Amino acid sequence: MIAAISSQEIAFSVIAVVGIISALRLVTTKNVVHGALYLVITLAMIGAAYLVMAAEFVAWVQIVIYVGAIVVLLLFALMLTKAPIGREALDNQQRGISALVSLAILAGLVFLVLDAFRTTTFSPLQQTTTAEIGQDLFRHYVAPFEVVSILLLAALIGAIAIARKDES
Amino acid sequence: MIHLWLPLVFSAALFAIGVYGVLARRNAVLVLMSIELMLNAVNVNLVAFSKSVKTGIAAVGATAAAGQIFALFVITVAAAEIGIGLAIVILIYRNRESINVDEVNLLKW
Repeated sequence: MIAAISSQEIAFSVIAVVGIISALRLVTTKNVVHGALYLVITLAMIGAAYLVMAAEFVAWVQIVIYVGAIVVLLLFALMLTKAPIGREALDNQQRGISALVSLAILAGLVFLVLDAFRTTTFSPLQQTTTAEIGQDLFRHYVAPFEVVSILLLAALIGAIAIARKDES
Repeated sequence: MIHLWLPLVFSAALFAIGVYGVLARRNAVLVLMSIELMLNAVNVNLVAFSKSVKTGIAAVGATAAAGQIFALFVITVAAAEIGIGLAIVILIYRNRESINVDEVNLLKW
């Protein structure tokens, strides 16, 4: 029996296909700057997928942190380091075996997922509001939140200490 | 209604593409981008399961939105990781004039 395809599934499939195609272009492109721009498309499509699944807060965090901050950081790193153009210069000699490994991982994961969740559905109409996430975060997950903020602070100070030029 | 396997297959595909990127690329910044792809695949998984499993598990103190909160933690850790990673990349470039990961072999036995 073929279940009816809902409009949400069509929207999700279109978003997923666009995201996967631009991710494939990211790992095969000849030019690193194009790679960063394909990464923008993929991350934005993942944010759109969160919106279709009605996880609005994670979606906007995804857009702000990844598309807004991390890609800009990557582009700065690309501008500070010069990279050659061309697949031979950007890839190593293990392209065939890498494709084999990743296809094996994909096949295994897809088999397991379809085996376990072929008929499970969920309704994204019950959205998780930002207020709900905030209450959960500060009621049940305060300690991990504080730990992760210390981690972020330590990482940023460490990044400055590593990348600074030695005066002596 | 969305079938749960749809986001799960999407995330599996992104993860496999990320694995290919990490294994096949030799430019360090492209390797970091592929790692971001894999972390994002995990986040898609977490959010999909958080929407699918409606009730929390009180025995371990997990709430209904726990998956989305974990996704937020993963995003934060990814931001820390990319900051440190790019600092190391820039340091390697300053010392060796190249960021190809297969030429960085001082610690290789």
